[in-house]
Parts: sequence; structure tokens; C-alpha cells
Amino acid sequence: METDRPETASSKTTGKISSACYLLYAAGCLIPGLLALRDLLFGYSWHVSLPLSGGLALSFGGGGLSAYFVVILSLLVFCVSIYSAGYARHSSAPWSALILYGIFVSSMYAVFYSANIPAFLIFWETMSLSSYFLVVSDTENIEASRAGLLYGVMTHVGTAFIMAAFMVMFFATGSLEFPIIKAGLAGAGGLRSVIFVLALIGFGTKAGIIPLHTWLPRAHPAAPSNVSALMSGVMIKSGIYGILLVSLDILGGGAGLPAPLWWGVVVLSVGAVSSVKGIMYALMERDMKRLLAYSSVENVGIILLGVGASMIFSFNNLPSLAGLALAAALYHTLNHAVFKGLLFMGAGSAVHATGTKNMEEMGGLIKRMPWTGFFFLVGSVAICALPPFNGFMSEWLTFQSLIMGIKTSVVLTKTFMLLAGAALALTGALAASSFVKAFGISFLGVPRSHEAEAAKEAPATMLLGMGILSAVCLLLGIFPGYMLRLLSGIPLPGLGSLPQFAPGGLAVTGVACSGVLPIVLLGALLAGAAFIFIFPLVAGGRRKSICADPWDCGIRKLTPRMQYTATAFTHPLRRIFKKIYKPRKEVRIEYIVKPFFTREIEYRSEITPLAESYFYRPLVRALHNVAHSAKRLQSGNLQLYLGYILGTLVILLVVWG
Amino acid sequence: MESLQFMLILLLSPLAQGIIKKIKAMMQGRRGTPVLQPYYDLARLFKKDMVIPRTVSWIFHGAPYVVFASVLAASMLVPVFSAGRSTGLWAGGGVGFSGIGDIIATIYTLALGRFFLALGGLDAGTAFGGEGSSREMTVAILVEPSMMLAIFTAAVASGSTNLGVIANSGSFFFSPAHVLALAAFFVAIIAETGRIPVDNPDTHLELTMIHEGMLLEYSGKYLAMMEWAHYMKQMLLFTLAADLFFPYGMAGAGAGFGIAAAAGFWAAKMLILCFGMALAESTRAKMRFFQLPSLLGAAFVLSALSMITFVMTGK
Repeated sequence: METDRPETASSKTTGKISSACYLLYAAGCLIPGLLALRDLLFGYSWHVSLPLSGGLALSFGGGGLSAYFVVILSLLVFCVSIYSAGYARHSSAPWSALILYGIFVSSMYAVFYSANIPAFLIFWETMSLSSYFLVVSDTENIEASRAGLLYGVMTHVGTAFIMAAFMVMFFATGSLEFPIIKAGLAGAGGLRSVIFVLALIGFGTKAGIIPLHTWLPRAHPAAPSNVSALMSGVMIKSGIYGILLVSLDILGGGAGLPAPLWWGVVVLSVGAVSSVKGIMYALMERDMKRLLAYSSVENVGIILLGVGASMIFSFNNLPSLAGLALAAALYHTLNHAVFKGLLFMGAGSAVHATGTKNMEEMGGLIKRMPWTGFFFLVGSVAICALPPFNGFMSEWLTFQSLIMGIKTSVVLTKTFMLLAGAALALTGALAASSFVKAFGISFLGVPRSHEAEAAKEAPATMLLGMGILSAVCLLLGIFPGYMLRLLSGIPLPGLGSLPQFAPGGLAVTGVACSGVLPIVLLGALLAGAAFIFIFPLVAGGRRKSICADPWDCGIRKLTPRMQYTATAFTHPLRRIFKKIYKPRKEVRIEYIVKPFFTREIEYRSEITPLAESYFYRPLVRALHNVAHSAKRLQSGNLQLYLGYILGTLVILLVVWG
Repeated sequence: MESLQFMLILLLSPLAQGIIKKIKAMMQGRRGTPVLQPYYDLARLFKKDMVIPRTVSWIFHGAPYVVFASVLAASMLVPVFSAGRSTGLWAGGGVGFSGIGDIIATIYTLALGRFFLALGGLDAGTAFGGEGSSREMTVAILVEPSMMLAIFTAAVASGSTNLGVIANSGSFFFSPAHVLALAAFFVAIIAETGRIPVDNPDTHLELTMIHEGMLLEYSGKYLAMMEWAHYMKQMLLFTLAADLFFPYGMAGAGAGFGIAAAAGFWAAKMLILCFGMALAESTRAKMRFFQLPSLLGAAFVLSALSMITFVMTGK
């Protein structure tokens, strides 16, 4: 966790040097970013192979899908590195953090560029390991090391599934190169489904889909905030990238080979469950960074809604709708990277200023940190899919593609997709509630602790990093039409046939028509605000305003403890959805005179995540049991061990004899 | 001319509020306030000085502007009495209303207002504001899915989420799906406008209020803006119900009524909805907050049934 070190002269110089290094990172990431943007706009692609010993080679390629993810990565790394320049001045281990940050960022680039199995796996593992070390970088925090352990285990389970998927590919085609595998798998039939399931589990672990998400809300908050921004903003997108790469690009055979119907249904269900449950848990969090991490689970779910819808449309031979749904997913991938990066940076500033991640100990920060507060508000509005910011545009597209589910051929998928649309609407309302809470409890009201009272605004570089992303949130929201032109350069099924859009606007045409013109919407909002600004001056004239204490029912002295807390804010939902949350409440009261005069009240409440009680605990218990039974094999008796060897020999002779 | 039809919502929404109050008063055997009372209230509030809590930030000051602007902007997206203005902005969609009349955009623009309304409630740091915000967001969570599903049913029936297209199509009217969706939407309106049995618009009883709780610290000009926005939102939702579920009598490509006749039809529909709302309020008691899930859950079931009926029968 971020703790202030006593400022000495040498630590000041160290801080300055590491800040300069972060600025260098920011400058450096512009090169791949701009090159990838060029690749995307003009449809370039490239491929290089670096031979290693033993006939192995590391291949890299760019263009298309990988270029799009490189653009997202570069945008985020640029802003987060600028932010880090200010953030690093107070970090406790500047050098190791700086170097790990560099390795982490470059390995993500390498993952997106990888064009064969060895390169992909090597850099995937580098990415996982470097982020693991960043999570546990705060060595004094026991919570962080536990989170790190869980992350380490989960990410390797995921990697094992990915490896298995790649091994199946290799044995089926005899090649390690993605382009050759792609051609070789075209007629593979049932094998494709095996690869799909393995890849979905493997990459889904990284993306944080439910129920494979448990590491995410623990590990992301434990890392330093600049790294959390990158982990939630981009690293989990590498899971999305993997899912798209394997299921649409490689298994799609390049020619848009349609996936079996159940693939799409599975991805759509995973998306719906992850989005609703992710945001439901986010709503209950008091820890600001964990709230954001859970909301990443939700957004990955929304992205997968688009991916699943796209697969279903492909199966139904509706390429333009498949393109629409995929465009929604890819657009949301970029949008989520932007606003989640922004929010984690804002949370980082708030956490740094108050020394706590607990929102119940913040409050009133907007008066002490006006810019951080403003940027966090922009991020909150954007992530709740409210116009005129970017989240609205991608969710609008997702809504459109889910409604178009009515064009599919089976009643089941029709109903299913429309219900997924209802789930998305629920998600939107839950997200709004979560972020009213996140912003309202921590930034509004009166300070709930001395630390919050004494909070200071973040340094300029940190604000600059957030400011750029806030502007991007608005721009991506106002000019979605240009954004979709960028997507149409990606050679995935349907994206080439995206309908033409009016400049800056978004429209769905052909099958059904509707459109939004966000710039007009923004104009309407501004016109409305201008009207209501002028009208009272005309109607009522200039009026005074008097400052007074807020209404206190006559008790004369409101204290900060009488404000609504984050826990109270979500209490109605905890009660309404108690089947899902399974809340546990413990109240201990010490009385002076029972039952009227109390000396002390202790109140504890917590919720139990379903995945943990129904999936992980039984799994761990089963593993323990298996290990326990296996212990009997190890009796320490020499004769028994000799017997094992004999038995093995006999079996081998029988099998191969 | 048609692009100014949102002015009707802006100007007449306090009247609708006055009419509902009058009808309610008559049903309860009271004489009630004049139908123009909401106008007098607004005028008086605009002329008053404001009392601002010491504890607030700029969010408290900004929220009334955002709330009002979002409701007004949402009204600009909605065809009030004429749905036929073709702009040719979208290829293949000759009936698109100004190119921006999208129902999802409308709902989400309203949600922007709610977001800031809730923040305004939290800003003063009092318990009542927080309570109002918390309950408002909770009700929104319960309402949103059923409202959107009802809208989806209308949208898939006409092949578009554009309100102009939906109003012009009339493909599923007077079918079972239509009735079910309308019922779900009506419950959603009750919840969204904070009426009995969800919220009591006439109460300032601290423990039961939702909407009033968030507005407790507002006074003068800001309170007038918030109240006016609330009236507009109510009329806007009525108009949406008319557009989605009984668009008969609208001017435009499909129906071809004259503007005067269409405006008359719209006024009649508004009166019917005002009456329905007053009737619903007068015959129901306010529900306990934690009983709301059963009402709103029923609305969700209705809308889901409507959608499934439509998918199965195609009408």
C-alpha cells in the first residue's frame, strides 16, 4: 500500500529520477501506439520471425485485431505513465517498481504482437509474473501477499488451460504458427469445440469472468494504483484478446467459419452472469479499489455480451449483425480501458491523500481535491453509460445488437438475447447506484475522518494523466462514428461490412433503423442548461442566497457520523437480494441498563460471495481430500515402494509388451 | 414547427401535475388547489432567495442544472404529437424522427438526470438526503429491467428503437404482448415519477420520502428547477407511453393527421393518463419500501411475459 516515506534529500533525487523514467515510458509507448494506429487505418500488417535454437522461433505480427489492442494499451500506458511520474515520488520501492512496470508493459505489448505459440506463452507468463510481483510489492501488507498467492495460483491454472488449448492446436495441425494453425483447423470439427472450451476457461480466468474472477477483486486493489489502472484497464483485456483471437480468428479459419450455436450461447450467458453479478458485488464494497475491480468483472461481462451475440449472429448467417455486435464489444473494450484507468487513477489519488481505501473514512474530498473529484466524476458518469460520454455509445450498440436477436432463427436465442438485454439494463441501473455511492460517499458530504479532512490535491502530473483520459471519455462519446470506421479495418467476420455512418453519429441501418447523434444530444443538454440558467434571471431576477446549516431536525449539531454511509446506502439492496448476497450480520450490544441505555454497540456485517461457497470451497476441500488419500501411498515402508516399482513395470510390460 | 414540439412538455407539464392533483382531490371529496397551482408555486419559488447548506460543494449547485437540462434534452428526443418528420439523415430510415429520436438514448438521458439528483441529495451530508438517494437508486434498479423489456417488445415489434418508427408502425397493437407491455410500463411510470404506492409525492414525513428526501436541502430557484424537471419527466414518460403503446392520432408519415388534430389527440391521451395516475394513487395505499420488490417484480414478470408472447406468436 502507498505509504509516505520521510522525505530525505536522497529520496527526493530518487523520486525525481524515477519520475523522469516514467515520462520516458510515456514517450516511448507513443511509437508502437501510432504505428498500430497507422496499421489499423490503412490496413497494413506485418510479420517477423526470430529463430531460436532447436527449430523453435518467436514470431510476431501486427495489424488488425492486435493493432487495435496495441492502440488501447498505448493510450492507457501513456496516461498512466504520466500519472505515475507524480505517483512514484512517494512510492516505497521506486527502482523495483519502475523496472517491473517496464517489464509488465512491454510483455503486454509482446502478447498482443505474438504470432505463434511459443512467443505468446512466454510473454503471457512474463506478463502474469511481473504483475504478480507488482501485486505483492508492498511486502509489509499481509493482505497483499495473500491476494498475490491467490492471483499466482489462479493465473497459472488459467495458463494451464491456455497451454492445453495450444497443445491441441499443435497436435491437430503440427504447427506452432497462428496463420498455419488457422488454415489447418478449418475442417477440424469437434476438435474446435475442445479448443474453444479450453481457451474460454484459460483466457476467461485472466479476463475475470464469473466464477473464475475471485483473484481479481483481491489482486487489483492490492497493487499500487498506477498498476491497478493498467491491470484493470488493459491486462484483463488480454483475456478478451485471447478469446477473440482463438474463437473468432484462429478457429474462424480466417474465412469467418461460423461457430456452433452453443459457443455463442455459452459466451452470452457467461457475459450476462458476469455483468450482473460483478456489479452486484461492486455495489456492496466499501473498499474503493475493490469496488472498481468488481466493476471490471461487470464490464468484461458486457464485452462478452457483444462477443456472444456476434457468434450467434454468425451462426445464423447474419454477417452485418455479427459485425455490429462485435463492434459493440470492441468499442466497449476501449471505453472500459479508458474510464477504468481513469477511475483507478482517481481512486489512487484519493487513497494516497487519505491513507485509506475505505470509503467510509473519506468524504468531502471534492472540496479538498477539486480536480481529482471532477475527473473521478467524469469517469463515474462514463462507466454508468450515461450520455454524452463514451460508455453510453458502446452500451447503446450492445443494446442494439441484443435487440436484433429477434432476427435469429430459433425462439430460444431470440428470447435469450432479449433477456440478456434486460440484464444489461439491470447492470446499467446497478452501476449507476454503485458509482453514485462511490463518488457520493467518498467525495461529497463532510469528511468522515481526520485524514480526509487534511487531504491535499494530487500533483500536476497525476492530474494531467487523469485529465487526458477524461477528455478521451468525452471525445469517444461524441464521435462514435469515427470510432467505428477505425474498427472496420479489423479483418474479423462482419467488421468489414459495418454500415456506413453519418459523421460523428451512430446508426444501425439495413435490418432496422435507429441512430443517435451524440453531438446533437450534447447540444440539447447544453441548450437545456443555458435555458434554465437564463430563465430564472428573467422570471425571478437576481436573488440572494444565504448560507445556513443543513436541516438537522432541531438537534442543533450534525456530526459527520450522522451522514449516510456506504453500507447504509446499499442496505435496501442487501435486503432485497438477500438470497444472492447471503448477508451475515452480527450485533453485539453492551448495556448499562437493559434495554434502553447502551454502553457500546458493535456491528459487523459481511456478504458471502456465491462462487466462493459453492465453487471454490468445495473444490479446495476436494483437493485436500484427494491429497489426504494420496498420503496413504507414502507409508515410508521400503517393501511397499519396491512393490510399486514392480507393479509399474508389470503394467508397462503389459501395455507395450 | 415539429422540432419545437418539446415546448409542449416544457410548458404544459406543470398543468398535468395540477390536473392530477385536482382529480385526486375530487376523488377524495376535497375541492383541492386550482389546476394552475404548480405554475404559481414555480413562479413563487423562482422569486425567492435561496438557503444553501454550508457543507455543500459545487455538485449541489450544479445538480439542478444537469437534472433540468437532461430532462429537457430527453424531451427534445421524443415525438410529442408528430412522428413523421423525415430528415433523410439515415439511409434506409426515412421516418427517423430528427435522426435522434432513440428510445434508449432518451431513457439514458433521463438516467443522467437521476444520477445527479442522487448526488445532489448526498452532497449536504445529511441523513435524509442520503436516504432519499439510496432509495431512489434502489427503485431505479428494480424498475429499469422491466421498463427496458417493455420498450424492447415495442422495439422488436416495429424493428427499431427509434420512437418515430415505433409510433408509425403499429404492428403489434391490441395483441396480448401489447397489453402486457403496457401494464408493465405503467407500473414503471408510477415508480419513476415517485407516486403512490411507491413514493408519496405529497408527504414530507421524513422516514417515508424518496424524492422529497433528495430535495430537502434545496430551496428557491434550485427547488423550482428540480420540481419543474420532475413535472417534465412525468409528462415525458406519459408521452413515451403514448408513443410506444397507443400512437394512434399522431401527425406524420404513417397517420397523416393535421398538426392541430394530432395535438388534440395528444392532449386527450395525456388527460387519460393523468386520470389513470390519479385513480391509481387514490385507490392504493403507499406500500412499505421493502414490499416494493413484489410490485416491481410483478412488473418485470409482465414485461418478460409480453416479450416471450411476442417472440412466440410474432405479434
